[in-house]
Amino acid sequence: MEIITSILAGILFATAIYNMLQKQLLRIVIGTALLSHGAHILIFTMGRLKTGQPPILIDGIESYTDPLPQALILTSIVISFGVTSLLLVLAYRSTQENGTDNMEQLRGNENE
Amino acid sequence: MIFAVLIPLLIACFIPALSKLKEKLHTGIFVFFIPFLIFLYFVSFIGNDFTPIREQYSWIPSLGINFDLYLDGLSLLFVLLISGIGSLVVLYSIYYLSKSERLGHFYVYLLMFMSAMLGVVLSDNIFVLYTFWELTSISSFLLIGYWHFKERSRYGALKSMLITVFGGLSMLGGFILLYVVTGTTSIQQMIGQVDLILNSTYLPLILGFILLGAFTKSAQFPFHIWLPDAMEAPTPVSAYLHSATMVKAGLFLVARFSPIFSGYEGFFIVVSVFGIVTLCWGAYMSVRQTDLKAILAFSTISQLGMIMAMLGFGTKAAVFAAVFHILNHATFKGSLFMVAGIVDHETGTRDIRKLGGLATLMPITATLAIFGTFSMAGVPFPFLNGYYSKELFFGSTLGLGSDFWSQAIPYLAVLGSIFTFVYSMYLFFGTFTGKKQFDQLPKKPHEAPIGMLISPMILVVGVVIFGLFPNIVNASFLQHAATAINSTVVYKEITFWHGFITPFKMSLAVVGFGTVLFLTRKKWQPVYQVLPGKVSFNHVYDAIVNKIGNVANRITNYYMTGSLKTYMSLILGTTLIVSLLFMYLTNGFAFNTDQLAEVSFIEVAVVLIMIVAAIATIYMNHNVAAILVVGVVGFGVAILFVIYRAPDIALTQLVIETITVALFLLCFYHLPKLRKSTDSAKTKIMNATISIGFGALVTLVAISAHSSRWFESIADYFVENSKKLGGGDNIVNVILVDFRGLDTLFEISVLGIAALAIVGLIKYRKNKEAE
Repeated sequence: MEIITSILAGILFATAIYNMLQKQLLRIVIGTALLSHGAHILIFTMGRLKTGQPPILIDGIESYTDPLPQALILTSIVISFGVTSLLLVLAYRSTQENGTDNMEQLRGNENE
Repeated sequence: MIFAVLIPLLIACFIPALSKLKEKLHTGIFVFFIPFLIFLYFVSFIGNDFTPIREQYSWIPSLGINFDLYLDGLSLLFVLLISGIGSLVVLYSIYYLSKSERLGHFYVYLLMFMSAMLGVVLSDNIFVLYTFWELTSISSFLLIGYWHFKERSRYGALKSMLITVFGGLSMLGGFILLYVVTGTTSIQQMIGQVDLILNSTYLPLILGFILLGAFTKSAQFPFHIWLPDAMEAPTPVSAYLHSATMVKAGLFLVARFSPIFSGYEGFFIVVSVFGIVTLCWGAYMSVRQTDLKAILAFSTISQLGMIMAMLGFGTKAAVFAAVFHILNHATFKGSLFMVAGIVDHETGTRDIRKLGGLATLMPITATLAIFGTFSMAGVPFPFLNGYYSKELFFGSTLGLGSDFWSQAIPYLAVLGSIFTFVYSMYLFFGTFTGKKQFDQLPKKPHEAPIGMLISPMILVVGVVIFGLFPNIVNASFLQHAATAINSTVVYKEITFWHGFITPFKMSLAVVGFGTVLFLTRKKWQPVYQVLPGKVSFNHVYDAIVNKIGNVANRITNYYMTGSLKTYMSLILGTTLIVSLLFMYLTNGFAFNTDQLAEVSFIEVAVVLIMIVAAIATIYMNHNVAAILVVGVVGFGVAILFVIYRAPDIALTQLVIETITVALFLLCFYHLPKLRKSTDSAKTKIMNATISIGFGALVTLVAISAHSSRWFESIADYFVENSKKLGGGDNIVNVILVDFRGLDTLFEISVLGIAALAIVGLIKYRKNKEAE
């Protein structure tokens, strides 16, 4: 199963990067969202998918799934949510101020 | 001794204040006493029984860098030149520079230079020597660019700076290697470890680096090009730095390191060859110049080449001749520069084509020039010191060896000297005799004020004294200097006439051919259209300086396009290539199926749906459809978390995905519609290659990381201690708020900052009406 989720992570990365290489600002935001999904899947896979019980202590049960990657992913989800929402609003403001959402036209000044 | 080195620097700090008084007194009057007192101090060391003196001061003892001073015959010669000529130059500059110039700047730079130069010749520590060496480059840069409003001055200053600092840095490289080999930073201790250096594999590098420093500083071929352009400096500066002192720092360096490298054949060959080539090329080019100072500049190059060649011969006779000529050159070249300055000052031009017949109007200047030029040419009169050193030079070129090149050296020496004779004669007769064309001069020429004439007069007196009594300082002074270079006691009696021997015949040949060439120079001048022709090292320098800028500009413009997409492609492409290459080289890919979880139908179904949805994001050209497809991927992740028994993150993922989708919808409502990609097929293939490659890389890394697990997880610790230490049953939550609470604290901060930033972005905007 780990092989399959590894491939899934790879495909998520590939599509994310393809989206990020586009010109439209929206596609780049979509790309970052996909990229964080890919990263979470990757962390999760690395912590092993061997099925034990959920990491909640109950008397009499010995085998639990690894709790540490779960804690890491939880942190990461929240942070990527913060970043994605900021990016969305930034894209919104940038489009409003500059009148374009085409990245090739957003080049700054010549002498920057 | 340390005070002699540092006092000019200290006094320089007070010069700006003194220069405010210049309405009453010329600042140079205060400055004059400093080099003069230093000169008197060092004169007291002269004597037949002179022995080297060492002084040591701690500076950075932990690195072995100490302020060690060492005064031997060689240092003494240079110290006397620096302080002696320095006093005369200051005296001259008092009359040369009017009070309306920025005198404070001038004398601060000049004193800085004096300190630096004294430091160079007195240092025993290589790193202290290097420090002072660069200080001479910097102060020389400031002095050449003294009239910074002139474009040529700035060009010349930059050129000299680039070339000498290039050499200086290479010299530092040589010094560091020397330190690595010997383990000491003291030159005298290095001389004690000659064998260690000579047997070192670094020897060619050390030698190359140090000689590069010496050759650039002493304007040796082909690094001589900075010296003619440095003539944009005020004439006192040219006389002081670019004839008598700084350009001899390279000679000093070669002489100082002679005892170390004398066991190595290559040293003598390289130094002699560069010296001889410089001698001939400088003399040859000098005849072509029309500017008085340019003639003198090329003449200086040529004479420096001559001294360098003598140091390269390395025999007792040659070393003694070199030392003698260093002294003689300083006297006559200094006086000639001052004469050129006087002519410039009194007529307004230095162009020799406009000058002529000045002897009647400026008889004293003309007399001084006669002595200088004839001494420089080596005309055999018993009252000109240049003749003796030239004859000693000829003597030293003989009998160097029996191979072809050693046999050729005397002929090359005579050839160079013939051109020296020609330009010396041209310099004098072109300026002071011939057609009078005073109406073409910017100023009405007249004799210079007496104060301006004092310094060249003293130098010319030196020319005559050393000419009449060539042995006057031999025992007490020159032999100590030569001994310091050669490591054996060198003493030589100089006589005017010692028979009709080869050196004398060579001198006669020089005078004979030189006279012929001088009289017929109009006829053979076209030869310059052939030999340097269009070839010039200035073109090389200009091309290098301009090309570096252009090429760097073009390279930067090539990849800094301003397009975010290009940067992304570069970063990802590089990462991809480097990682794959590294994985391939280290055989890093691993694959084993030992500990895999079982595959079940429902998981595979979810994964397949996610894959389809992820790929679909690329093809969705409608806003809502695109958001929904991204949402499918997000909820798929949540379902995977559920399947793999991660309730907390499944919950979080569900909530957050819902909010994100809502946010996307909200923003997309305001954003332009998604469009079909307008990229060309080529770009699409490029993008696809990079993304598929990167996806494949992630998969490969994930599989091989999973297949080569080296340590057991620390999960057991958390499972065991969650209740015991954390007091909670939910292990993930205990980790988040107890074991690794700090992560959570800053995650909250991230969310807070994002929220504040969003509020700022939406709420605050530039009030367009108010502007």
